Amino acid sequence: MLSRFAPRAFAAPVRSNAARFTPALRTVTTDAASSHVEKSDVPQEDDKPFQVRLNDEAFETYELDPPPYTLETTKKELKQMYYDMVAVRRMEMAADRLYKEKKIRGFCHLSTGQEAVAVGIEHAITKQDHLITAYRCHGFAMMRGGTVRSIIGELLGRREGIAYGKGGSMHMFSTGFYGGNGIVGAQVPVGAGIAFANKYEEKDNVTLALYGDGASNQGQVFEAFNMAALWKLPVIFGCENNKYGMGTAANRAAALTDYYKRGQYIPGLKINGMDVLAVKAAVKYGKEYCSAGNGPLVYEYVTYRYGGHSMSDPGTTYRTREEIQRMRSTNDPIAGLKQKLIDWGVTTEEELKGIDKEARSHVDEEVAAAEAMPPPEPTPEVLYEDIYVRGSEPQFLRGRIPEENFYYPERPVQVPKSPAQT
Amino acid sequence: MVGARLLRPAAQLLRSSPSAFPKSSFQRVAAPAAASRWRGYATGTKEMTVREALNEAMVEEMEKNPKVFVLGEEVAQYNGAYKVTKGLLDRFGDKRVIDSPITESGFCGLTVGAALAGLHPVCEFMTFNFAMQAIDQIINSAAKTHYMSGGIQPCNITFRGPNGFAAGVAAQHSQDYSAWYGSIPGLKVVAPYSAEDAKGLLKAAIRDPNPVCVLENELLYGLPFQVSEEVQSDDFVIPFGKAKIERPGKDLTIVTLSRCVGQSLVAAEQLKSKYGVEAEVINLRSIKPLDVEAIIKSVKKTGHMMAVESGFPSFGVGAELIALTAEYAFDYLEAPPVRVTGAEVPTPYAQKLEEMAFPTEHLIADYAAKLLRV
Repeated sequence: MLSRFAPRAFAAPVRSNAARFTPALRTVTTDAASSHVEKSDVPQEDDKPFQVRLNDEAFETYELDPPPYTLETTKKELKQMYYDMVAVRRMEMAADRLYKEKKIRGFCHLSTGQEAVAVGIEHAITKQDHLITAYRCHGFAMMRGGTVRSIIGELLGRREGIAYGKGGSMHMFSTGFYGGNGIVGAQVPVGAGIAFANKYEEKDNVTLALYGDGASNQGQVFEAFNMAALWKLPVIFGCENNKYGMGTAANRAAALTDYYKRGQYIPGLKINGMDVLAVKAAVKYGKEYCSAGNGPLVYEYVTYRYGGHSMSDPGTTYRTREEIQRMRSTNDPIAGLKQKLIDWGVTTEEELKGIDKEARSHVDEEVAAAEAMPPPEPTPEVLYEDIYVRGSEPQFLRGRIPEENFYYPERPVQVPKSPAQT
Repeated sequence: MVGARLLRPAAQLLRSSPSAFPKSSFQRVAAPAAASRWRGYATGTKEMTVREALNEAMVEEMEKNPKVFVLGEEVAQYNGAYKVTKGLLDRFGDKRVIDSPITESGFCGLTVGAALAGLHPVCEFMTFNFAMQAIDQIINSAAKTHYMSGGIQPCNITFRGPNGFAAGVAAQHSQDYSAWYGSIPGLKVVAPYSAEDAKGLLKAAIRDPNPVCVLENELLYGLPFQVSEEVQSDDFVIPFGKAKIERPGKDLTIVTLSRCVGQSLVAAEQLKSKYGVEAEVINLRSIKPLDVEAIIKSVKKTGHMMAVESGFPSFGVGAELIALTAEYAFDYLEAPPVRVTGAEVPTPYAQKLEEMAFPTEHLIADYAAKLLRV
C-alpha cells in the first residue's frame, strides 16, 4: 500500500525499461543460493571465466535498466569470495568473544550476516575506487586492505591498531577507505564530496557511500542526493537495509521502506544483499554507469544482521528468535555460496572445509598477534600526536592543568599522504 | 586475502621522512618582507577594504593551487551574498566557483569529503549562524578525523563567512561562534579585523593542512584600511597564533578580536584624551591557537587586563582570556582582570535595544577607567 506513494511517475523520461518496469508486487529474494550454473558449463581451470545466471528476483529497479542477470566469474574468484566472507565472519566472531571478555571497550557493531555486502562490493571495484561507510565497518576495513591484526588491534586499543589505537571500532581508514564514521548519516554527504573530488580531478573511479536503513531517514542524506544528481557525481549511495535501525523496525521509522526509490529523481536498484554474486553484479554495473557520466545511483542491499545493533543489544527484544534463526538457517550468505559451489561442481566439500580451516587459522593467528601487541604508551607524546598535521601544530596544547601543557617540537610540516587518496 | 597489507609500514615511512614535505610558508615564520614581487601600481601603501582583501586572498590562492575551489550559497553567479567572491566565477569558471543549494549540512559535508579526498576547499557559509546546521560536519567529520585516523587522513579545508552580529537582523542572525569553534581541538580558528588580517589569515588558512574556521565580520567588510606593499604581495601570509599589538600602551592591556579591535582602539584614544591613560590594544587575530605569550607580556607591563569581545558572556572568549591571565600572570595583576562582552540576551531587533546588547566604544572606555580608578 505504501508503494502508492512512490513518486515513480515524475516526468518519466523515455527509458528502454519502461515496459519492463513492474510495480513492486514481488520483492527481491534474500535467498543466498539462488544463482545458477549448469555443472557442465563450469570449466576445469581455476581462472577460466564462465557465466553464472543470477536469480530473476536478484534485483528490483527504479527508473533504471536492470544489470545483466549473468555474471562472469572464475572458480578462483568464487573461492576467494567464499574465503573472504568466512574470514570476515570469523573476525567478527573474534571481536564478539573479545568484547565479552571485556577486552574491547565502548561501542562495537558487528556485521555478522551482512558479509556478502562488503565482500561483493570489493570484488566489483578496484583500489582506485573509494568507499565510506558508517560504524559497522570492520568487514569493509578488512576488504579494503586492513589486516585482521590491525583491525582487532584497533578494537583492543593497541598501538599497532589500524588507527594506532586512536580510533577504535568505528574509525578505521585504509586504501580508498574513508572510515568508519560514528555519526549516523554524516558520511553520506562526505561520500558525495569524495566523488566530487574525483570528478574535479577527472579520475575515472566511483565512490560508494554506504549507510543503514536507519540513516536513510536523515535530512542530510537527501541533501547529498540532491547535489549528487545536480552535479552528476560518480557516487553509488548504498543503503544496507538490515531491517532494523537500532531496535526500531524499518517500517516503524520510514514512511517508505523502498530505500532504492528514495532518491526520487535518482535511479535505484534493490539487490539481494545475501547473495554475494548479486552484489558484485550490481556494483560492477553501477561502476560502469557512474563512469559513463550518468550521475549517481541509489542502491538498497537487502540484508540481515544476526546480532544486536551493538554488543550491548541482545537483539531479541524487537524481533523474534525464530526470525533470526530462520534467516540464519535459510538465507545465510556463506552457507548459500557454499551450497552453490558444491552444486555447480566448482569445488568439493573437502576443499571448502580446507578454506574454512585456512580462514579460521589465519584469523586466529592474527587475533593472537593483536592480543600480544602493546597498548600505546600513556605518554603526552602519544596523547597529543596527530591532533594537527605534524609540523603545523600550535606551539602547545593545554593539558588538564597548565603543568601538563604539551609543547610540540619545531619541525617541518609533514602532510601525510592519505592512503585513501589513491 | 585481498591486497597487500602495506598500509601501516607505508604510513610509518611517510611519517619518518621529514624532507618529503617542504616547510610551508604559513608555519611559524614571519611573513616575507617587502622583497616580494613588484606590482604595477603605486609603491607604498594602498587603501583596501576587508572585502577586497578577502577576495584577493582567494584569487591568489586559487591561482597558485588548482586544488583550491570555492563552494557556497550565492558565491558564483550572484558574486557572493556580501560580494566577497565577486569576479571569481568569471576568472576561474564554474568548475572552481560553485553555487550550492541552501543545504548547509549537505554542502559542508560534501566539501569535507572533497578535502579528505585531497582537494583544498573553501567552504563559504553565508553567515556562521547557518553553519549551526553543519556544525557536526565541521567538528565531527573535519576536525576530528586526522586524530581518529591515527594521523593518516588529513583534511585541508577552510570554512569562512561572516560571524557575530550584524545590524538589525535580530537573534537568529546575530550570534558570535568564536567560543564554540575555539574550544575544539583539531580546528584552527582565526578572526580578522583589518584588511591586512583578512588577507594574511585567509591565505594562511587555505594553505594550512588542517581544517580552519575564518570568522569574518559583516560590519567590517566595507571598511577601508591602509595596507603596505608587503601585504599587497601574493606571498603575504600571517602566521597563526601570533597576536598583533595594534596600539602600544603602558597602563592597561585590552585583549580583543574582530570588530571589537576597532572599538577598543577608539576607546583607547578616548582614555588618552580624557584621562591621559595609555591602553595597549592587542588584536588576537587567531583564537586557536591563542597567543598567551603576548597577553602575559603585556600584562607584565601594564598590570591591568581587560578582555573585549561581542559573544555571549558565559563560557566565552573573554572568560577564557581571563582564566589564562589568572593562571599565567596573576602575580603581575594590580587589579582583577575584567571583561566586556555581549549581553546575555538573544539579540533584539529594535536599534536602541540592540545597542544595549553589544560592547560600545563608550562602554569600553568607561569600564576601563573604572578598572584603572581614574
